[in-house]
Amino acid sequence: MAEAQKVYEIPIGPIHPALKEPIRFTFQVEGERIRGVDVRPGFAHRGIEFMGLKRNLIQVLYLSERICGICSISHPIAITLAVERAAGIEVPPRAQYLRVIFSELERIHSHLLWAGVAAHELGFDTLLHLTWKVREEVLDVLEELSGNRIDYSIPIYGGVRRDIAPEQYPKVEAMIRHYRGLLEELLDAFLRDPSVAARTRGVGVLTAEEADSLCAVGPTARASGLAKDVRQDRPYLVYGELGVRAITPRDWGLEPRGDVYDKAVVRLLEIGQSLDLIEKCLHEMPDGEITAFPKIPALLAFLKKAEGEGLGWHEAPRGEVIHYIRLEAGVEEPVAWKVKAPTYSNLMSWVPMFRDQEVADIPIIAASIDPCMCCMDRVHVVQDGSPSTLLKEELLRLSRAKTERVLQGLSRVGGGA
Amino acid sequence: MSGLGLLWQGAAVLVGGGLLGLVYKGLDRKLAARMQARIGPPLRQPFLDLGKLLVKETVVPKDAVGWLFRAMPFLALVASFTVLLYLPWGPFPAVLGRYGDAILVLYLLAVPAVAMALGGFASGSPLAVVGAQREIVMLMSYEFPLAVAVVGVVWRLSTLGVGPAFSLGTIAAAPLWGQVGPLGVIGLAILAACLLIVTPAELSKIPFDIPEAETEIAGGLLVEYSGTYLALFYLADAAKTVAMAALVVILFAPYGIAGALGLTGAGAQAVDLLFHLLKIFAVMFVAVTTVRVAMARLKIDQVARGFWLQITAVAVGGLVLLVLDRMVVG
Repeated sequence: MAEAQKVYEIPIGPIHPALKEPIRFTFQVEGERIRGVDVRPGFAHRGIEFMGLKRNLIQVLYLSERICGICSISHPIAITLAVERAAGIEVPPRAQYLRVIFSELERIHSHLLWAGVAAHELGFDTLLHLTWKVREEVLDVLEELSGNRIDYSIPIYGGVRRDIAPEQYPKVEAMIRHYRGLLEELLDAFLRDPSVAARTRGVGVLTAEEADSLCAVGPTARASGLAKDVRQDRPYLVYGELGVRAITPRDWGLEPRGDVYDKAVVRLLEIGQSLDLIEKCLHEMPDGEITAFPKIPALLAFLKKAEGEGLGWHEAPRGEVIHYIRLEAGVEEPVAWKVKAPTYSNLMSWVPMFRDQEVADIPIIAASIDPCMCCMDRVHVVQDGSPSTLLKEELLRLSRAKTERVLQGLSRVGGGA
Repeated sequence: MSGLGLLWQGAAVLVGGGLLGLVYKGLDRKLAARMQARIGPPLRQPFLDLGKLLVKETVVPKDAVGWLFRAMPFLALVASFTVLLYLPWGPFPAVLGRYGDAILVLYLLAVPAVAMALGGFASGSPLAVVGAQREIVMLMSYEFPLAVAVVGVVWRLSTLGVGPAFSLGTIAAAPLWGQVGPLGVIGLAILAACLLIVTPAELSKIPFDIPEAETEIAGGLLVEYSGTYLALFYLADAAKTVAMAALVVILFAPYGIAGALGLTGAGAQAVDLLFHLLKIFAVMFVAVTTVRVAMARLKIDQVARGFWLQITAVAVGGLVLLVLDRMVVG
């Protein structure tokens, strides 16, 4: 087409059917080809870190769970690990196994959720309805075990809040069998369907070099062939003993290309991996205490006296999540709390993935990193009522100024998230 | 036929066609939902949707070319419904059969697509412009195999010397299947298959709902349309679905069952009309409902390439078989 020669801009978002959460893309488009993209996050920023600095640690735990509904076990696990390191709390073995079980259950439901969303972005609504129907099974088990479909309130500093009762074991095992039977069908529906392959093969490619240099994490990196998984690389809880291995498309017998198809491969295979892990945990889990502090007031009193800093990491369904926390003796609130969500690391992978793709590929490429804006958004600058952009130099100056303030012991006054 | 009689018949076809289109839309949604393991909306949902759209506020964007934006829904609606007047309805000949033939129907079927594209270009939204560009590319892609299929049938009929071959009445009265040799039957089957593949493209349904593509361009060329104008497009789509499926039936399966059942008179006409409507529904179910449940949306370059190369090649192959059949059978 003659008019297609000129480049024009297509805004996608902050509110758009392709996006499940607010973010704004501005695409430079030539005909149907994408020539460039500008990503502007920040619409889901709620200042949670700042709120956390005003609350005691137990309250912060609940707050961390509400950073994101789908990652509502990942953030609490990371923050409990951070606080336990900072305060020097030993977690009973059974609690560690229970945390692993819950985080793997979350991975199953999160990946199924993603698969449904991806199918919808491709215009394949039948697959969306089927996957989300199937997802109910794991949500039922989570509700049975924790009382909630999401926001499980399971981890607490020093352990977990609920045990899995002996009569609940068969229900979890039945779920594992159910999904084992279904997994083959799901793999069939997604990976052997010609119309899905036509829309995902060679689309949104992230090469291994790009994934490495942009510090991509989670399935986004693994689909490019990087065997990168926090559970494998820096084992925590009992993941070391369980022997987790990063899943790449090679496990499906394919050389990784880093396209959307590979990302689906990794996520679907990880459902099977999670099933294995849960089963292993159920068998190996020792009896015993589930928390080091059965009484909450005792825990609070202990944490108030604690001093130090700690880092907690966890392989969330979307990749590595890190919480940093600093405690001071005599203060109930944390002095510093920093959350790094997986989407933050994966954000930049969008730029090479969108390059030279078609407009029709925008939704599926955007969805392919399984973005979680509410986890990621850290800042939304509004000056004089209008949003403004801060460039690297300005940000550097501001963060240096803040470090100065922290060094002068003013952190609690000026601390911001 | 008297002018007044023509008017009454025309009114009956237009109202009946519109109602039928909405009923079939409801059936389509319900059946698709059942296939997706959902409950689905009630059958009357399209009527409720239409009623709701008609009472909603109609917004014309500031950047739109107002008169073009307003005119296009009417053009689409009028064109879609006009097609119904040129189609024979089972035992009943087309209301305007004497004034237009298969070629006119082909052109009229293209008009709603053009109208939607123009409306999209006129609405001043980049998303609608992308949708409109895609609609035009789609139109250019599927029109050729569509024309090949129709022309193939018509040409073979004309060689048999049965009245004006381009008249849909003639086509419906003299089904080709029994008049051609084995090569011709294979050729006809290929053309019928091509037409079934073209049907969802003509109607912009998954996997060819590219110009609207909800998750990509938020409804594309319809993105700025609301209220009454959207209702008109909605109704045009319902009528066009019936028209397109009816065209497939007329070209490839214009049989009645009244003769086989030994019925005569008004009873025969009623049964044949019902059977005709049933066949239309069957075509819609096969070509639209099941396909849109079983597939992901394709991309515009994939569709253009597929229609221009594969589907056209197959359709031309069918045409060649018909030509060979003519040489063998005569």
